[in-house]
Amino acid sequence: MTRAGLIRLALILGALALLEWACRYGFVSREAVIPPTVMLQGAGRALASEETRGEILWTLQNVALSLVLSLIVGSAAGLLLHKATRLRRALDPLLASYYAVPTFVFYPLFIVLFGLNRWPLIAIGFLFAVVAVIINTLDGLARIPRAFVRTAAVMRLTPAQYAVHIILPAAAPWLFTGAKFAVAYSFIGVIAGEFVVSGAGMGHAIAFAYNSFDNRMMYGLIVLLFAIVGSINMLFWSFERRLYARAGR
Amino acid sequence: MTEHLRVEGVTRVYPPVERHAAVHALGPIDLALKQGEFFSVVGPSGCGKSTLLDVVAGLAKPTAGTIHFEGKPVAGEVPDGVGVVFQEDASFPWLTVYDNAAFALRRAGVADAEVRERVASTLAFTGLASFAQAYPAQLSGGMRQRLCIARTLVMRPRMLLLDEPFGALDQQTRLLMGDELLKLWRETGATILLITHSLDEAALLSDRIGVMSARPGVFIDLVETGWARERDSRIVSQAAFGEVTGRLWSALRDQSIKALAMAS
Repeated sequence: MTRAGLIRLALILGALALLEWACRYGFVSREAVIPPTVMLQGAGRALASEETRGEILWTLQNVALSLVLSLIVGSAAGLLLHKATRLRRALDPLLASYYAVPTFVFYPLFIVLFGLNRWPLIAIGFLFAVVAVIINTLDGLARIPRAFVRTAAVMRLTPAQYAVHIILPAAAPWLFTGAKFAVAYSFIGVIAGEFVVSGAGMGHAIAFAYNSFDNRMMYGLIVLLFAIVGSINMLFWSFERRLYARAGR
Repeated sequence: MTEHLRVEGVTRVYPPVERHAAVHALGPIDLALKQGEFFSVVGPSGCGKSTLLDVVAGLAKPTAGTIHFEGKPVAGEVPDGVGVVFQEDASFPWLTVYDNAAFALRRAGVADAEVRERVASTLAFTGLASFAQAYPAQLSGGMRQRLCIARTLVMRPRMLLLDEPFGALDQQTRLLMGDELLKLWRETGATILLITHSLDEAALLSDRIGVMSARPGVFIDLVETGWARERDSRIVSQAAFGEVTGRLWSALRDQSIKALAMAS
């Protein structure tokens, strides 16, 4: 493990030990926060329950669907707007202020449109994630050096060769950033939707445990959620680092 | 020597964009380059030197006039046999030096064995063989520019268009890179059209130098240097070198003042 990794691990373990100590010795009310070791037990209990495993799977499916949709639609829209410069100029202020709009207010509308099933949640997750993908795709395409575009013309590359061998690798850092944001926003959109209005999923299970004063289950699920989101982001991060280490970026 | 490139009555006018009026950037330009000639273009900033290169390369269409390379018209795309090296670093940072050099050959469907042979000899020629597995970020600016030249040479161009390829390098490195360029010019026999703002570079490297006016750029003087084909940067200490740069500056001085006044 690198020195930075050791420091990171020490910081996390130190913070957890401090919280454990504060909870055990009454500096933090155990009715509000339980010790991390008890949270871990709660996570184990959640994983042991078939019903809770079903809630987790339901959420992961919803997140995966909203993520895939936002990546496909966001990349395509980014490419289209990059080509249509006038349309992009017209939409720029709207894209910049998009995240000021509380997309959750559309949830009732989505229930009317899609029915009481998973699709309103996926729509919320998608709406949350898609614009981050569009913005980062646009950024990536705009930052491809002009010399690369001219080099492609000199080499007489076909449009497909140009897309695969120049655009994709040259814009990769921004596309990755868009994908990382899309993961985070898909989770936020789906979990928050489940938390507030849905009758299923991790968000719903956390809300149910909260209303039932079942702190162990509530914190256990939160720990699991952190572990899942953290693992996915770490996967992206390590893949990205390996890719850029080669290119010396 | 046979004629390799002919440019006749070429002009380039950029059309008006929103509130900006049309810009007459170039021409009319007439130019004929002989096979294996080293020709440089100097001129004040913004006179249309790079526009001329773009038009000759087929990267931009002329508003009027015609360009013929090896007797065939250049029509909207880079002709086969023409290689271009730009001022900016155009090496692909995600590929190794070897893969950068092999890039165009692989895209053109050249067989693996031939790719290996051509890349190995070109990297050896440009002094990059021991850096084949390095990434561009691990190279100096001069080496990256040599990589871009290697990537172009590997395609064995019969005419090389260079748009201020050493513009980002220091004076000493430029002189040494100039020597390398002269060496590859002699060995490949390619025709070279070099765009540069450096009078010394033009005087050192070229058989002939075209001096352009302020925008719209037209040739106001053609200077023959009279150098032997076997030459290197040591000629900068010769009196004749000073005479060439002196003549270039005499032709350019008023045009540079005019260009400065247009820019301010």
